Amino acid sequence: MAKGKYLRGASRRSILQQFGAAAVGISFAGGLSACGGGSGGPTVNFYNWDTYIGPTTLDDFREATGTTVNMSLFATNDELFARLRAGNPGFDVIVPSNEFVTRMSQAGMLAELDHAQIPNMSNLLPEFQDAAFDPGRRYSMPYTWLVLGIGYRKSAMPAGFVPNSWRYLFDSPQFTQRIALLSESADLIRLCAKYQGISLNGIPDANLTSIEQMLIRQKPHVKAFHEDDGQDLLASGEIDIVLEYNGDMAQLMSAEGGDQFDFVVPQEGTLINSDCLCIPTGAPNPEGAHAFINYLLDAEAGQKITEEIQYPTPNAAVAARMGEAYQNNPVIFPPADVMGRSEYGAFEGDERSRLYEEIFTRISAA
Amino acid sequence: MEQTWKQAKAAFAAIAAPPIAWLVLFFLVPMAVIWAYSFGENTGPITIDFTGTFANYARAVEPLYLQIFWKSLIVAGITTLLCLIIGFPVALAIAFASPRMKAWLLLLIMLPFWTNLLIRTFALIAVLRENGYVNFTLEWLWNNASGFMTLVGLQPLGEYEPLTLLYNNTAVIIGLVYVHLPFMVLPLYSALDRMDRSLMEASLDLGAGHLRTILLVVVPLAAPGIASGILITFIPALGAYLTPDLLGGTDSQMIANVIERQFKRANDWPFGAALSFLLMYLTFIAIAVQALVQRRSERRG
Repeated sequence: MAKGKYLRGASRRSILQQFGAAAVGISFAGGLSACGGGSGGPTVNFYNWDTYIGPTTLDDFREATGTTVNMSLFATNDELFARLRAGNPGFDVIVPSNEFVTRMSQAGMLAELDHAQIPNMSNLLPEFQDAAFDPGRRYSMPYTWLVLGIGYRKSAMPAGFVPNSWRYLFDSPQFTQRIALLSESADLIRLCAKYQGISLNGIPDANLTSIEQMLIRQKPHVKAFHEDDGQDLLASGEIDIVLEYNGDMAQLMSAEGGDQFDFVVPQEGTLINSDCLCIPTGAPNPEGAHAFINYLLDAEAGQKITEEIQYPTPNAAVAARMGEAYQNNPVIFPPADVMGRSEYGAFEGDERSRLYEEIFTRISAA
Repeated sequence: MEQTWKQAKAAFAAIAAPPIAWLVLFFLVPMAVIWAYSFGENTGPITIDFTGTFANYARAVEPLYLQIFWKSLIVAGITTLLCLIIGFPVALAIAFASPRMKAWLLLLIMLPFWTNLLIRTFALIAVLRENGYVNFTLEWLWNNASGFMTLVGLQPLGEYEPLTLLYNNTAVIIGLVYVHLPFMVLPLYSALDRMDRSLMEASLDLGAGHLRTILLVVVPLAAPGIASGILITFIPALGAYLTPDLLGGTDSQMIANVIERQFKRANDWPFGAALSFLLMYLTFIAIAVQALVQRRSERRG
């Protein structure tokens, strides 16, 4: 069998892209100053995750409207936030996750959306028309949603075994040294709270202490904290079981040789994220930004994107056009009862992020 | 009479002004801003008040962070020592090679710099991982040995178990040595190259063996080169974050990883700045020690 054949860089959030993104960012800065020269028509500067757009979407938009989209890439929400922290360097449309929508809107970094310019909002599923993290959808339009779960190699499991509990990652020596966990402090701690049977928002101090102890106990069995390239570690045979996003696993599983892997959302429920389209304050072309967001929510454009990126869509018109293979894919759409036990993570303030970060530093240093 | 710069002030100013302006504008001013942050307080997601507080430093010297500093010092120290042990013979060989060969060998030492650090680290992952080239080679040797044993009528070896070479502290040190070796070899080479060869010949003529000549004559003469090699290996190794991030396991965190997370995930720039400046103070101490060594060896020479 060809080794490393299944290695692919296609991940929305892998570290390889993080540095690729830095390089793109540099060339993009050049592009920004160049487009001030007035050559060509209007432009929209789009700051997106990698592998998170349809192959022809940007060209189609230019053909339809005459507006050129310059896309540059980021790899983590923190990178996006850090880039815009000192002021908007010229982006028109950005794609933060739900918690960062709250954080950035509180910091005055997002411009209010004019819903009249986004008629395709009516394509969204009813449950996505409003959101607790952005009441009234004042600042954000949902682009995708995603859940964390367990990706695994089928051949490494006992016969007929499905690792459908967080226990196998957080509290069990069964897969010792064949485990990789995501190195996002907040996600890790929140999923441990789910495993303990409590809400992942507002975790009491007593539980934080016991979660820290549990992870320190589990650490000798964990091979690595990965930078969201867990599917690559799995594909290269370094580990057998990994904490990953459903979309990343769906991409791996739809690639050649992907049938040796599977993905399950544990019965205790999980953390749901939603990546959203927003306009940062000080966007040079807010009108074009609205038009572009509206275009991304269009049924046909959305279908092309979803076929490529394999993430769950919040768009009813898009979902209706997708085939059965997508609609009934349990990796993309986990079972309803598990989703019922899952929650969005609320932005609980910077103090909370710092506390989670310090807990993770203690776990790593232990 | 010898001319000094004092006699050509205008010319000196014209030459010195651009680099000084560059240094102030792009190094000292940003550093001063970060230094000021280290005495600041977060008042919102993107706002910092410069209150002159020492709270960030107080937190940075908590046992948790001191322990991580200590661990980073140990890792950087081992890296530097290994670089010295590996680099010294290499530098010696280059210094004594023929001029034509010398150019090629120096080129080989500098070749890795033509490739981005990230690419080199990923290449190392491809070499070291369980489905990597080291394990492929060992597996091939193992299977051939096993086949040979069957051939001579012995029990064949069992199935090859791939070695775990990645995601532990050893992998971090391998990665750091690989990356920093050129930093050690180049100053060592330049010190060894300018050394007065007649001193070595004298030592050999007067009956000292090769090893004794190297230890008692070459090493002391190369001391300034060794000191600067140690310094420019140790300092970047101490601040490494990519290598522990990519090659390390669950307990390979170094101080730069913690600093990076303060500026990103934790969004706590004042604390990250305090940690950075503690690291910087350590660097100043290392430079002071090196200057001391240099001065003492110059006085002796």
